Amino acid sequence: MHDAGKVIIGLAIFVLLITFPIWFTLASGKAGHRPELELPKNETQCVESKEYMKAWHMDLLNDWRDAAVRDGKRMYVAEDGKKYVMSLSLTCLKCHTNKAKFCDECHNYVGVVPYCWDCHVDPKGD
Amino acid sequence: MNAVLSLVAVLALVGLAVLGVEAGGLYSLFGVIVPYIAIVLFLGGLIFRVLGWAKSPVPFRIPTTCGQQKSLPWIKSSKYDNPHTGFGVLVRMALEILFFRSLFRNTKTQIAEGDKVTYGPTKWLWMGAIAFHYSFLVIFIRHLRFFTEPIPFFVDLLQTVDGFMQVGVPVFYMTSLIFFGALGYLLLRRLAIPQVRYISLVNDYFPLFLLLGIATTGILLRHFVKTDVVGIKELTLGLLSFQPAITEGIHWLFYVHLFLVCTLLAYFPFSKLMHLIGVFMSPTRNLANNSRMVRHINPWNAPVKVHTYEEYEDDFRDKMVAAGLPVDKQPEPKPAQAEKE
Repeated sequence: MHDAGKVIIGLAIFVLLITFPIWFTLASGKAGHRPELELPKNETQCVESKEYMKAWHMDLLNDWRDAAVRDGKRMYVAEDGKKYVMSLSLTCLKCHTNKAKFCDECHNYVGVVPYCWDCHVDPKGD
Repeated sequence: MNAVLSLVAVLALVGLAVLGVEAGGLYSLFGVIVPYIAIVLFLGGLIFRVLGWAKSPVPFRIPTTCGQQKSLPWIKSSKYDNPHTGFGVLVRMALEILFFRSLFRNTKTQIAEGDKVTYGPTKWLWMGAIAFHYSFLVIFIRHLRFFTEPIPFFVDLLQTVDGFMQVGVPVFYMTSLIFFGALGYLLLRRLAIPQVRYISLVNDYFPLFLLLGIATTGILLRHFVKTDVVGIKELTLGLLSFQPAITEGIHWLFYVHLFLVCTLLAYFPFSKLMHLIGVFMSPTRNLANNSRMVRHINPWNAPVKVHTYEEYEDDFRDKMVAAGLPVDKQPEPKPAQAEKE
């Protein structure tokens, strides 16, 4: 092999970079970490179904923001006919009282930084 | 024809994944076994190819030169386009790898005013290539959020910058659009320019369609299908820590995305995509043009047995002197012996 030293160093750097997720996660020791949500104690039903909320809550919140702030509409009729006030602070955060133990769990896990809290005060629980 | 064949191949791969997961329920095949095989093929194949290249000897300096060679001190030389030092080569390689300098120098031959041949600059291919490669890099790094726990700061930073426009929720990344646009341009260029279409092969179209498929499924998964990303990260972390476990409830489209990425990984070392490594190992780029300063001896020259004139004269000096032939080195006089006799 010609220029063996350079080629092997180059290959080693490449393999090290490509396997970054493996050794980084191994070093942090958090490979088994899973988000654990603290669910509201006084309520079992969210505005919409759990599956819908899991996938689409960001769109729902975005629609609520547009409807409330831009169109002045504040009443939301859910799929099951129940009516809710379109408000993050008054409706969502009434049950989900702790951002760190609910929102942040999944958001931090998958690296999502929503800009809700640019304006809203984040609830820190009781 | 080549383009259609490539498109059909990619669609077949998509169909295979959809069938396998939806009809066959082969989650552990598409979620665990195929990714492992793909990464082994990728790393193994890549190392194999690089070692193969490293075995080919490069006895002489063969850099492509694009400027005045270094010669006499009062003749100005191109330090980076015709480098004669290690540092010059380093700059040249950096310009090539980071800014695609040789592609930037691309020219277009045209016939102007009836019969005049003119050469003009053409930067479209360079622009498309830069846009494609850099957005691909950003997308690649962005995906680390699914592969690392905790997520390193630079991934978060990159996401913030990339989603700076805050269009929609989840935010639409600029690079998604640029990647898609650049890929589209690179594909249309092959299809629309007759000369380029003439030289385009299946293995030129296939990666383009494959990447378009990956981009399409990725954008669909982020903005329209919205599958369980927490579940996906659990799956990837399981794979990375060699304790694979399938998470329930992940949309089949994710497996299509994953299968296309696995195909790309497995295909990579055996395709033109190896220019990722090849660019570092191009002798026409990474050698200093110092042939005038350093003597490069062919390392595999067979040892030739030579008999120099000096040795010849040593062998026959006496006879040459006796015959009256001129010699370089006069025979040593043997005074002591001569006197005795």
